[in-house]
Amino acid sequence: MTETRTLLPHLACTKTSSETAVWTSRGDWHADLLGELKPLLQKCIRSLHNVTLQWDVSEIGRIDTAGMLLHIQALEQLKKQGCTVEFRGQSQDFVRLYDLLQKHRTVEAASESPAQPSAIVSVLDDIGKRCVGVWYTLANFLAFIGESFIHFLYSLRHPSAFRIKAIIKNIDDAGFKALPIIALTSFLIGVVIAYQGAVQLEKFGANIFIVDMIGISITRELAPLITAIVVAGRTGSSYTAQLGVMKLTEEIDAMRTMGFEPHRFLVLPRMIALMLALPLLIFFADIIGIAGGMLISNLHLNLSFNEFLHRLQNVLAVKHVWIGIGKGPFFAWLIAVVGCFNGFQVARDTESIGRYTTISVVNAIFLVIACDAVFSVILTELGI
Amino acid sequence: MSVIIKARNIVTRFGDNVVHDGVSLTVNTGEIYGLLGGSGSGKSTLLREFILLLRPQAGSITVLGYDVMALNPFQAEQLRRRWGILFQSGALYSSLTVAENIAVMLQEYTNLSSDVIADIVNIKLNMVGLPKHAADLYPAELSGGMIKRAGLARALAMDPELLFLDEPTSGLDPVSAEGFDQLIMELRDILGLTVVMVTHDLDSIWTIVDRFAVLGDKKVVAEGDLDTVMQNSHPIIDAFFKGERGRIRSRHGN
Repeated sequence: MTETRTLLPHLACTKTSSETAVWTSRGDWHADLLGELKPLLQKCIRSLHNVTLQWDVSEIGRIDTAGMLLHIQALEQLKKQGCTVEFRGQSQDFVRLYDLLQKHRTVEAASESPAQPSAIVSVLDDIGKRCVGVWYTLANFLAFIGESFIHFLYSLRHPSAFRIKAIIKNIDDAGFKALPIIALTSFLIGVVIAYQGAVQLEKFGANIFIVDMIGISITRELAPLITAIVVAGRTGSSYTAQLGVMKLTEEIDAMRTMGFEPHRFLVLPRMIALMLALPLLIFFADIIGIAGGMLISNLHLNLSFNEFLHRLQNVLAVKHVWIGIGKGPFFAWLIAVVGCFNGFQVARDTESIGRYTTISVVNAIFLVIACDAVFSVILTELGI
Repeated sequence: MSVIIKARNIVTRFGDNVVHDGVSLTVNTGEIYGLLGGSGSGKSTLLREFILLLRPQAGSITVLGYDVMALNPFQAEQLRRRWGILFQSGALYSSLTVAENIAVMLQEYTNLSSDVIADIVNIKLNMVGLPKHAADLYPAELSGGMIKRAGLARALAMDPELLFLDEPTSGLDPVSAEGFDQLIMELRDILGLTVVMVTHDLDSIWTIVDRFAVLGDKKVVAEGDLDTVMQNSHPIIDAFFKGERGRIRSRHGN
């Protein structure tokens, strides 16, 4: 193995008289060795004004672009300071590299960027651009919703246009495969509610009311909300990522050229699948959540399972369950629309997939909570 | 002429799929060396073995004097600084601008000041023929030809001795492809590079490649300059050079 020995680059500066100086470069002027040399070079340059300089480069070992650039930059600076510089002992490689770099080194002055606008202007500029951006995104979002609705109506008139296979596959992905995580979260929610309620109710000796509390709060509010949030994080993000990658790989363009309308083939199946799956998931979460509460009531308040169930049948009006499940399709639609829309927003680079996936999850969760609040207000006003 | 890459009896398998079964070849310093072969003949795999991305099951590879099969991490790092690689699709870092892509190695591995790095970046950009305003663009904003040029500028950033190109002209129009070939040849002459390129562009083979190896049947079926290889009557060579495209080229060219 032949390993070339590296010599640290060095520059010896001697001033021979008030009008002449001799510099000698030695060693390997290689990019990874040059860091410490720049200050020395600057010091040497600063001490020379109006001098004839003989620069001996015959003892340089290997030299690369960075090393040669230091020579060239020094040369320019020296010329500005009224010095005449003469290289001595240049090797052929040195001359060739020197010429090459000079040829490709363009005049720096031309590349100066235009004057920076003042801070306040750039802040206003930024705000303006963002506002316009939000406006366009909103307009695109509404257009997207409209487009998907039109394709939905078309599919209603031509039922064969529904992609049954894709819908079933999506139900499997978004619904069936989400069962374990939904079970775990809703069980834990049931446990938490029971614990919190048990401590308070025990003070009043009103143990049995734990059933009312768990039954109504879980079926009406908590199960739909928690399920929707988990689904937004799990399925909404995957919709964005799937469609985003398809957009990057031009699959969506390919589909368009073949006349496969992406809305009909990609968006509607996902939307319909999620709108079918989420209510079912909420019902599942109701059962598991109440079971969690029942277990804690039994352990903590000595309420037997039989008593719990008997009381539950008496106090849990079926409307609460229906209201909770009825929110499902609305939440599902929001999650699917936001997920798919952001997938289509993905632009040409991979980074935007990450960005839009985040946006999609955050927006979906926000919209789900906002929608839930609207439901609460309306239902309360209606007295249901 | 000294040898820069020496590969002997390389065996590569992916599961049951044998890709190389005793591949041997030699690249000399200062030449433009082509790796040829049909799709699936293992050219890119061989290239990945040279650049430490893959390890063959058996055989020996020497690159720039280092035994690639028995490198310690320190040697591997030294070796990696002495070559430049242009990937087939450019593989520019999409979160960095073109200028940052070129500067990244210099910033990580040297302690040059930022104005020297900026100067080097400008020179490299100019060398590969990219306009100045391209420096501040992101890879997503570049055309195919510009991506290749930016990738080449990045490969050249550390002044490598050895340059690996994976299908440098694929996806370029004939004019750009010829320009790119010219550029590689020019850079080889001026910078004294050794270039190893995977290609199936017949034009590149005729115009810029000094020597090449043709892979087929899991082996090197022929190695040498164009005349030597054309003498060979192996069916793979015939298919490659005496097909319709090859015949047209040889009638006009040479």
